[in-house]
Amino acid sequence: MNAALAPPPSAPTPSETPTHYLNASYGFRSWLLTLDHKRIALLYLASITLFFFIGGFYAVLVRLELVTPAGDLMSAENYNTAFTLHGVVMIFFFLIPSIPAVLGNFLIPIMIGARDLAFPKLNLLSWYIYMVGGMVAAYALFTGGVDTGWTLYAPYSSTYSNSNVTATAIAAFITGFSSILTGLNFVVTIHKMRAPGLTWFRLPLFVWAHYATSVIQVLGTPVLAITLVLLILERSFGFGFFDPARGGDPVLFQHLFWFYSHPAVYIMILPSMGVISELVTCFSRKKVFGYGFIAMSSVAIAVLGFLVWGHHMFVSGQSVYAGMVFSILSFMVGIPSAIKVFNWTATMYKGSISYSTPMIYAFGFIGLFTIGGLTGLFLANLGLDIHLHDTYFVVAHFHYIMVGGAVMGYLGGIHYWWPKMTGRLYPEGWARFSALVLFVGFNLTFFPQFLLGYMGMPRRYHAYPEEFQVLNVMSSAGASILGVGYLIPMIYLFWSMRYGRLAPENPWGAKGLEWTTPSPPTTFNFDETPVVTEEAYEYVKEEKH
Amino acid sequence: MWTGFPLFPEAASTIASGVDLLYLFLVVVSVVFSVGIFGAIFYFALRYQRKTQDEVPEPIHGSMILEITWSVVPFLILMVMFGWGTAVFFRNFHPPEGATEIFVTGKQWMWKLQHPEGQREINELHVPVGRAVKLTMATEDVIHSFYIPAFRVKKDVVPGMYTTMWFEPTKVGKYHLFCAEYCGNQHSGMIGTVYVMAPPDYEAWLAGAPRGETMSQAGERLFQRLGCHTCHAADRPGRGPVLEKVFGSTVLLADGKKVVADEMYLRESILRPGAKVVAGFKTQMPTFQGQISEEGLMQIIAYIKSLESKERTTTQ
Repeated sequence: MNAALAPPPSAPTPSETPTHYLNASYGFRSWLLTLDHKRIALLYLASITLFFFIGGFYAVLVRLELVTPAGDLMSAENYNTAFTLHGVVMIFFFLIPSIPAVLGNFLIPIMIGARDLAFPKLNLLSWYIYMVGGMVAAYALFTGGVDTGWTLYAPYSSTYSNSNVTATAIAAFITGFSSILTGLNFVVTIHKMRAPGLTWFRLPLFVWAHYATSVIQVLGTPVLAITLVLLILERSFGFGFFDPARGGDPVLFQHLFWFYSHPAVYIMILPSMGVISELVTCFSRKKVFGYGFIAMSSVAIAVLGFLVWGHHMFVSGQSVYAGMVFSILSFMVGIPSAIKVFNWTATMYKGSISYSTPMIYAFGFIGLFTIGGLTGLFLANLGLDIHLHDTYFVVAHFHYIMVGGAVMGYLGGIHYWWPKMTGRLYPEGWARFSALVLFVGFNLTFFPQFLLGYMGMPRRYHAYPEEFQVLNVMSSAGASILGVGYLIPMIYLFWSMRYGRLAPENPWGAKGLEWTTPSPPTTFNFDETPVVTEEAYEYVKEEKH
Repeated sequence: MWTGFPLFPEAASTIASGVDLLYLFLVVVSVVFSVGIFGAIFYFALRYQRKTQDEVPEPIHGSMILEITWSVVPFLILMVMFGWGTAVFFRNFHPPEGATEIFVTGKQWMWKLQHPEGQREINELHVPVGRAVKLTMATEDVIHSFYIPAFRVKKDVVPGMYTTMWFEPTKVGKYHLFCAEYCGNQHSGMIGTVYVMAPPDYEAWLAGAPRGETMSQAGERLFQRLGCHTCHAADRPGRGPVLEKVFGSTVLLADGKKVVADEMYLRESILRPGAKVVAGFKTQMPTFQGQISEEGLMQIIAYIKSLESKERTTTQ
């Protein structure tokens, strides 16, 4: 590991530094009013990192409280606020924007040979909307927080909770528009701005995954907005949408909420799958196995994702026949997901496999996503979900998908494209080490929760019966390792921005238009519009230098 | 303080072993797939590790046969899971005939239980072993969820409606009762104990527990106190329909539709009388929304259910 922190190579003298998007202009204005998709991506990177550590802080509080069975570290009220804010911040302010707004923003125009997104001003606006939503969330957080769970179930949220439900709902409402605008921008850009010769089936799979994600963002997020408006109207003005005493129906809230929030899971995981497709091909140096199947499985997941929301409601009193339909459709989502995993694995067959850090993350992703996906089958299963619903099994499952899947993919992608984004290489030894720490910490944190769930421990419990303690202590111990695993990359990535070795144009020997631009790229990415003459991932022998 | 490492909660109901078997099936399938995928990845990663920096392997485009295989095989396995799971679900969904009825009311943050014979409990439920028990559940405030892990049963308790669940305990003992749907501040304190007792012990408990009036007696008292009898007379239609034998019957409504007079219908007709008016009557009954607790409603319904014949005790 020491080699990684070896003294930095001497910094280049200004005279030999070419102009790129980072040094093209300086000053706050040049960043806060930028229309460059790459700079906006970095604005997002900084803001979501901040929110990630806020959300992480609340996770630490939750895990600390759960070390002992009694609710002794903090009051029930504070605990409920902590897990709610952990969920709200991580989902709305980190996971949903994470890969699309940072990596997607940075890479989609370059990957398709364009100078920028279709609507650069809209792109900047979406960041400002996100920040305004974030400010409202921070306001809600500093004025007492919110204690409804991120799911905001009525009538607890609409009538009974004394916390800042309205402010939180407004924050999520506002942030939703940033998601819609980003999705809209991507859809238009991918349709209209591809370089000559870049046909749909020559697109990198990262772009396909973002296309599918964008469709969900554009179609799904407005439903969340409507739901939140109804909630605010009921809470603030006494409308009777969800309160049965006023003629409403509490189950209606769940239908509306999950109609967005289940597809939202795919907003989080699809971009990550797109990243993994890039990593596996690059570090196997081989054409992806079954390109068309991986591309279409993203679309299939996006479409099916809209038809499975009722699997969150098997015990909520919805009709048993509705339950059956939602169950079978939920199982169906397993097929495109499995197709991806099998194709990634097959891509490695007879490849030339490098153990670079991004590939370590890809290995981690495939392993954890496989477990997360398979345990999803337990929950799609009517007979089993009755027992498992609202237990720690569910908590473990969705953390395997969202942290094991989405965050692993995000970090893998950040490492892979870091040289392109910053023009610097990160210390490889530290990076591999921290990927390993993350993997171990993650499993130790969340695997015991599957066992806790089947044992019957309900989620969102401030205090719990003593027999659950051993597994909870394991989980909390794992969380402390996981926390270290997140801090190490924070440190060395920051460090590398100044002291890292200068990155060449294409440090991985990867295919794709982004690797034909300088590291970091110039403001308009390409001096002249590239012409694409081959399929994606055409690794061929004569390419070698 | 090592208390062992149990992986299964106690299995103490007729359905528990069926659920566990289904769980084991999914665990085995998951392990087989995980081991297969991880094994392949490890093997490929070692076998095809990059030897020289400039090596470029032969491209492989894909294989239709493989794609079809690894779509169809998982599909078939998923359909087995779906079929099996749905069968377990349906078997566990319908309560058997003649199950003992117990009424549950959830409120922040306690469970209140009423036995038809009149015994009332808070956060404790005493039931005999080997007899099916059906729970009819309501909530005074937010959504709760009645969960007994040892029985593998759970059901949300939703404002504005009755939900039901059933179980048949198979093992004498003490088991956890949890609220599984987050319901506010003391959610994790909304727990209790289910005592499954041998029949003689249960009889002794029944005899020893304070009982007061039965549910239908309490319902009748409420019926009188709220003045229901002034319109719902026993022998002839008054301003409201006769309630004798109405429970379980099919009622013709003013708009020509028909509805079965079950607990939900009776509850709705008390709280929102104008919603489904019986043919031949006008909407003139006042709402009782906010005037009767969920427990009181259950008692009145128990009373209406008990009106099998026209022997209603006349009021004094």
